Amino acid sequence: MTVLELRSVSRVHGDGENAVHALLNADLTIGAGEMVAIMGPSGSGKSTLLNLAGGLDGPTSGEVYVEGTALSTLSKKKLAALRRRHVGYVFQDYNLVPSLTAAENAALPLELDGTGVGKARKAALAALEEVGLDPKIADRFPDEISGGQAQRVAIARALIGERRLVLADEPTGALDSATGEDVLKLLRKRCDEGAAGLLVTHDARHAGWADRVVFLRDGRIVDSSSPLDEPESLLEGAE
Amino acid sequence: MSVKHSLLALLERGPAYGYQLRAAFESATGSTWPLNIGQVYTTLSRLERDEMVEALPENESGQRPYRITDAGRRHLAGWFASPVRAADRPRDELTIKLALAVTTPGVDVADVIQRQRTATLRTLQEYTRLKADDGADLAWKLVLESMVFKAEAEVRWLDHTEAVVARAELPAPSPFGPYEDSAEPSVPVEEKR
Repeated sequence: MTVLELRSVSRVHGDGENAVHALLNADLTIGAGEMVAIMGPSGSGKSTLLNLAGGLDGPTSGEVYVEGTALSTLSKKKLAALRRRHVGYVFQDYNLVPSLTAAENAALPLELDGTGVGKARKAALAALEEVGLDPKIADRFPDEISGGQAQRVAIARALIGERRLVLADEPTGALDSATGEDVLKLLRKRCDEGAAGLLVTHDARHAGWADRVVFLRDGRIVDSSSPLDEPESLLEGAE
Repeated sequence: MSVKHSLLALLERGPAYGYQLRAAFESATGSTWPLNIGQVYTTLSRLERDEMVEALPENESGQRPYRITDAGRRHLAGWFASPVRAADRPRDELTIKLALAVTTPGVDVADVIQRQRTATLRTLQEYTRLKADDGADLAWKLVLESMVFKAEAEVRWLDHTEAVVARAELPAPSPFGPYEDSAEPSVPVEEKR
């Protein structure tokens, strides 16, 4: 089932001679259970694509669909509600609220959406457990946990409730390589369990966890690898 | 790749015959480098000639196990103690291909790079998938990680090459001099220095 679809999406800043095409006619479809990595040099349009996919920015032309809903048809209020209910973000610097505990951070999207405190906390504890965090961490503040743990909290927050689309922008940037790898494994696992993941990375090692890799250059998708073959055929041809 | 040193390393675990050595080698390296049995026996007889292994009496099934000697152990220790020099590695076809791509008229270098990057990433995805299997043993994981790092390095090098090439505004490759010129006495390279 398609969770995210970009149909001929362009984003132009300025107009006339000064127009800058941040993204040009991008087509991209991500289904449930799928993880797609976006790679490309700085300024190639990676973050633009991610912002458009999450409804943080609107396209100049084309349409973005999240779970079948065309974002351009929504009022600001409805768009905000869709973002809260369907889209999760994971950033390089975690973006946890420092004055809230791990559990409160994870519960935030639900509480903003009107879920009762008790119910939201229960869901948050379950979400933290799903990302492999010790229950003892739940009542600690962001500055009392490690970077790897903070990023797990961010992933729990991104996928709490019924949200299935997780948009990750260089989620391992501030972590050492082994911890970064754990974060990627976790994202992979959440996608295997039915989420759809869009991962912006400059790191080929991390893109390796994705089902497909999309390359951007100067705002255009220049290449997009098809999904991998079945595991049995993997070692043929390796020498 | 040194079959000789690999066999010595395996024999350090205890005496073994050819087929056992081949199986152990493939299991340690995840069948990444298939070894043919003829290669194993040829290498064993060379090692025996050089007194680094000795043949033991045949067992009941007619297999002849080999045992590492002290000389073999010293040689093996020396191998582990020396780094692999770049010159010992085979030439890198990709490097040569790209070096030629930037100097061959009519070649779209960016396209060559993009095709390679897609292929390398595909390989990297495949290794990553194998790596995700938690049941894999340590030696195999290590081999996989090594391949992941090499693929990653290759992608980074391709990214870098792409950026450098894009900035460089490639000059038209200079053609070889016309035949007439070669009639002139050429200046020996040494004199130019």
